[in-house]
Amino acid sequence: MNDATSSPKPPGKRWSLPGAGLLKGMAVTGRNLVGSFFTKERMTTVQYPEQRAPISPNFRNFPFLVHDGDDPDAGLRCVACSICEKECPPQCIYIVLERDAEGKSLKRPKIFDIDVSVCMNCGICAEVCPFDAIYMDGEYELSTGDRFEGLLFHKERLAKSADYHMRLRPKEATQVMERRKAEEEKKAAAAAAKAAKAKAVKDADANPTASANPKPEGGEA
Amino acid sequence: MTASPAAVDAAGWFAPEQLPMLPQRLVEHLLSLTGAPEVLISIAGIAASAGTVLLVFSSAFALLSLIERKVLARAQNRIGPNRAGWFGLLQPLADGIKMLTKEDVVPDKAEKFLHFLAPVLIVLPAILALGVLPYGRDWTPLPLEAGLLFFFAIGALTELSVFIAGWASGSKFPMLGAMRAISQMVSYELPLILSALGVVMVSGTLSLQEIAAQQSGFHFGFIPAWNLFTPWGLVAGLLFFICSIAEANRSPFDLPEGESEIVAGHMTEYSGFKYALFFMGEYLGLFAIAGLGITLFLGGWQPPVPGLAYVPSWVWFAAKISVVIFLYLWIRASFPRLRIDQLMRFAWLCMIPMALLTLPAAAIWHFTGRGAFSWLVTLPLLLVPWIILGNVFNRRLAPGRRRYRFADG
Repeated sequence: MNDATSSPKPPGKRWSLPGAGLLKGMAVTGRNLVGSFFTKERMTTVQYPEQRAPISPNFRNFPFLVHDGDDPDAGLRCVACSICEKECPPQCIYIVLERDAEGKSLKRPKIFDIDVSVCMNCGICAEVCPFDAIYMDGEYELSTGDRFEGLLFHKERLAKSADYHMRLRPKEATQVMERRKAEEEKKAAAAAAKAAKAKAVKDADANPTASANPKPEGGEA
Repeated sequence: MTASPAAVDAAGWFAPEQLPMLPQRLVEHLLSLTGAPEVLISIAGIAASAGTVLLVFSSAFALLSLIERKVLARAQNRIGPNRAGWFGLLQPLADGIKMLTKEDVVPDKAEKFLHFLAPVLIVLPAILALGVLPYGRDWTPLPLEAGLLFFFAIGALTELSVFIAGWASGSKFPMLGAMRAISQMVSYELPLILSALGVVMVSGTLSLQEIAAQQSGFHFGFIPAWNLFTPWGLVAGLLFFICSIAEANRSPFDLPEGESEIVAGHMTEYSGFKYALFFMGEYLGLFAIAGLGITLFLGGWQPPVPGLAYVPSWVWFAAKISVVIFLYLWIRASFPRLRIDQLMRFAWLCMIPMALLTLPAAAIWHFTGRGAFSWLVTLPLLLVPWIILGNVFNRRLAPGRRRYRFADG
């Protein structure tokens, strides 16, 4: 007792009332027992089907295809370049390019299938895509009674709007949108410059006295 | 109990105090109207009385299985079952249906007959033990002169059935569980009975209804004259409570089951309704031993506050058993499981000496007039050994801080 202040003894070496520790332990659980009825913050349970825990922005599972605008088929960013198909480690992506009657590429997929029972959620497809067309989804309620057809996602199932992407991962989607916008502006500016140039050439052709232009017309940029 | 049905008028039957006896009286009365032989009437009356006990405690078992999960959940800041019905009230029903529809697997190496017998044998003593408890002033289903003796004799059957279950399963984990159960239950039976002996010495009777009836009245007008509020009764009551946890195989003494160590102990090879029967036996045994503890130390059906005698006595019994059962749940929510050597050490080096000390304490208390002087004499007799024993137990016998050879140097 005297040297309690100088050197604290381990709990087993101090004289105490036997059973006091048990009461202390019961007080802890008792506080939870009563407190859980009064303090909402104590309760960590999320009532799952009715409530959902917010998913992390970095949470990812199976990929989805992004489309701009309202039409999932026409607005699809995917050009069926098949880079993701080739990069996919478990080879769960299957793409068929859509061609017109002459066999010319229409730059959009006729078939785009992902077998999510094979997919390993690595996200390589989303990383390699140069067209910002495929991203990893946050959907996790995918259980199905049919393990073959039910887990083979077709184009219609995979297509989700750019707004959905924005809601799911605001940071990433904003960056993508800004980049795309900048690219579009650059493209538009280039097109405008080209048009202006073409116009100037045309003007020069129409009025050869103004300036002599040695460059032939119709040069591809 | 021996009064013929005709002697009690119908108004008396429906009096709140007499309510638990209603089924028995109704059956006896209706049979006597048909002119059935006397033997048949009394047998039917006994069956009705037993049926009342069974019905009440089976529904209490169902309710407790839900309440236990709710209380444990709240102690861990969870919500607990709330899907089946309002506040999960249909959960016991859902559990029952699940258990009934499950496949009943009997292992190839099991002793088929004993394997079947064990779950039946574990429910049986619990039900029999429930029969001798005095639930109210006038109602003891089986008013035995040596009810306490009967209770302990029948209660010892539980060990046997647990061992049968472990042995008959023909498998290793059940066998380990059964070995643990035998050593634990036999060890804790000693202090359990020793702590009850003090009550027998002071009351001078083995009849449970007599023991309950003797604890009537109040000290100073407000402290109930229960055995718990005497120095020896306090210690014996605590010891009895601890032993009853061990006897009922409940946490923190649930070594025979020990989910994290030996799967489910003696119940490992059981499935379906046999598995449910083990739980039923366990919970009915819990009710029985809690009821016995109440009768011995908490005044049985006596009201805890003066001036509430108009409340039927069986309501007080039910209220007290609820409080004690809640304590069991609270303890289960609080403490981790003991190791087997700690458990045995605690029984033999702490519980039994203390239980033995309550006997001279009870004797001294009785012969010094049961007053203030008796308190003065008996309290140090128990308090000093308790503190010394508890601290020595903590210092010498409990394992010290473990030293890790490489980490601690």
